[in-house]
Amino acid sequence: MSNFKLHFTVPGDDFTRAGEASGSVKKTLKDLGFNPEIVRKVVIALYEAEINLVIHAGGGEIDVEISPECISMVLTDEGPGIPDVALAMKEGYSTAPDNVRSLGFGAGMGLPNIKKYTDEMKIDSTVGVGTTMYLKVYTA
Amino acid sequence: MKVYEIKEILDAEVICGEEFMDRDVYTACGSDMMSDVLAYVKEQAVLLSGLVNPQVVRTAEMMDMQCIVFVRGKQPDQGIVDLAKDRDIVLMTTKQPMFASCGMLYEKGLRGGAMK
Repeated sequence: MSNFKLHFTVPGDDFTRAGEASGSVKKTLKDLGFNPEIVRKVVIALYEAEINLVIHAGGGEIDVEISPECISMVLTDEGPGIPDVALAMKEGYSTAPDNVRSLGFGAGMGLPNIKKYTDEMKIDSTVGVGTTMYLKVYTA
Repeated sequence: MKVYEIKEILDAEVICGEEFMDRDVYTACGSDMMSDVLAYVKEQAVLLSGLVNPQVVRTAEMMDMQCIVFVRGKQPDQGIVDLAKDRDIVLMTTKQPMFASCGMLYEKGLRGGAMK
């Protein structure tokens, strides 16, 4: 299998569509025959990150590269940025407003969940400029 | 436990996925916080929720969940039903509240999933 690349633009103003990119990646990985446990790890992490793009950053871009050994994901936004990444990584810490909580997110579990389900996670964030998140899940 | 047993125990109404009532369900999760649902491992699970929006179906999709039961008689709109149909996920609604629904299923032997 040669490397497979996917790109998605995530709109920031439509919560009902959040998860479309993750669902599409899930279908592609299943069609390519990846182990269901690997597929689940990738899509749960990606889904949380996609939700973050919508609720915190006003949308963004997702690039996914699929090889037999590794699924790499890069999520880029031009949102407000994360002032303290270490604090944001703590379970239960959230800056989400009440309207986001009423939608079932914003419990401060997003970034910890992403870390739990990925093998590598790196966040580059500059306040007022945006955030780029690099994620990797290895298949073996 | 079979999906049709969940329907009987909770006296639930099936909204879509009638053809999948024979599926096996091994664990259950009751939550309105989708990030909490995503934090737990659920093998062939049923999700009970009082939250009614498309992200409940998306969360179940990502977790490979078999069935969603909306508690307190909540009814999803057509967009949510269409999303569930497309993903082959069973949707039901029960008049029982969350606590009672979880208790009734637990009493019949259904358990929560393990934390990873």
